[in-house]
Amino acid sequence: MSLPITPSQTVGPYLAIGLPWPDGPYVVPEGTSGAITISGRVLDGAGEPVPDALVETWQADPDGRFDHPDDPRGPAAPANPEFRGFGRCPTDDDGQYRIVTLRPGAVPGPDGRPQAPHLDVSVFARGLLDRVVTRIYLADEAAANAADPVLGSIPDPDRRATLIAAADPADPAGPAEPVGEGMAFRFDIRLQGSGETVFFDV
Amino acid sequence: MTEVQDPAASDRPDLPRYQRPAGVHPPLDTPSYGSSRLRAPGRPPVLLPHLLTEVTGPLLGAGRVTAADADLTTRHAGEPIGERIIVTGRVLDSDGRPVPDTLIEIWQANAAGRYAHHIDNHPAPLDPNFDGVGRCLTDSLGRYRFVTIKPGAYPWKNHPNAWRPAHIHFSLFGRAFTQRLVTQMYFPGDPLFGQDPIFNSVPDPAARQRMIAGFDLGTTEPEWALGYQWDIVLRGRDATVFESGEDR
Repeated sequence: MSLPITPSQTVGPYLAIGLPWPDGPYVVPEGTSGAITISGRVLDGAGEPVPDALVETWQADPDGRFDHPDDPRGPAAPANPEFRGFGRCPTDDDGQYRIVTLRPGAVPGPDGRPQAPHLDVSVFARGLLDRVVTRIYLADEAAANAADPVLGSIPDPDRRATLIAAADPADPAGPAEPVGEGMAFRFDIRLQGSGETVFFDV
Repeated sequence: MTEVQDPAASDRPDLPRYQRPAGVHPPLDTPSYGSSRLRAPGRPPVLLPHLLTEVTGPLLGAGRVTAADADLTTRHAGEPIGERIIVTGRVLDSDGRPVPDTLIEIWQANAAGRYAHHIDNHPAPLDPNFDGVGRCLTDSLGRYRFVTIKPGAYPWKNHPNAWRPAHIHFSLFGRAFTQRLVTQMYFPGDPLFGQDPIFNSVPDPAARQRMIAGFDLGTTEPEWALGYQWDIVLRGRDATVFESGEDR
């Protein structure tokens, strides 16, 4: 039996009435021990902020496990039961989003070789007739990133850098006091043009 | 050149493989839709194999949705103005399997074609009894059901005298990151289809028809609400991986 699938359509300009959740950006609650933040801006082909986008993230827990029946390793025993794995944040007038989460662990890849810690990302916006998909890797995992099979599959090595979230000395949208090393990351998403983020066909 | 080849050659036979539908979704670069011009990526996407992060996904549900969230007509002091409708159907994957317990989120304009959003300045009335937002979970057979009012068409600035056909936005998760889908449901016989670049961004005319609900007298409740049926089909898993052909 094979059914033809339903096509995608844009979220349009009014996604903000239907999709944001108050707890969406919090994969774990703010203030959770060991929580990291990933923040950045969504920018268009003119370098202007995209104020009507939605950024969603999906990731493994700190042990590299997924609380999901299709993880063949069996049920995860979550170290933190509040960890949801999923984050969702609309952009603000400056195109800015911010996700509070735990650092993902390494995840098995092809041949059993590990994939570097990463988050899968969907971006929805007015003007995007389908979501665009990318991945976030963390700059302080340089050795793992260098061996990652997905990063390695990107034909132009220079473009791999667009998937590396930079360690940020401060969390610009967070508390005023500086955060610890390796606790805040910056990841801008450039939809088009110079420095265009690598997007994936998933 | 690439270490990760087509997922059909993946060395992870223990993972489901999701179909990669060709030619179904709209091309991101659709110049007739003006908003795409500065937002559609210019470079071709890189093939992402279906590994653990892709074949899993958030299983959101219990605690996030109440039964009242599926009725957009009873959440305020009074009843909304407009034509009361029931929108119901099933969420399936392309292998024909129901997708149970999956979150559906909808949002829409009111009967006058106005969204309850501060940037919508279409000079049509807001309805204090309608916010246009609904949620539900599919049941064990993949079924969903919303009660709402039929949204109005509304003008936009894409091209001279541009109007969006009446539609309801639908957001679905399925059970895997690969299945995530945001789309729009349209109503049968809408005279505005021909001039709408978003509807027509879907290249295959047959695929466009799959975004149009069917009026259904069986779903219609006498002296109360008109009924529409709309099934949503998400990407299926390659049946040969686990079923060893028994589905064939």
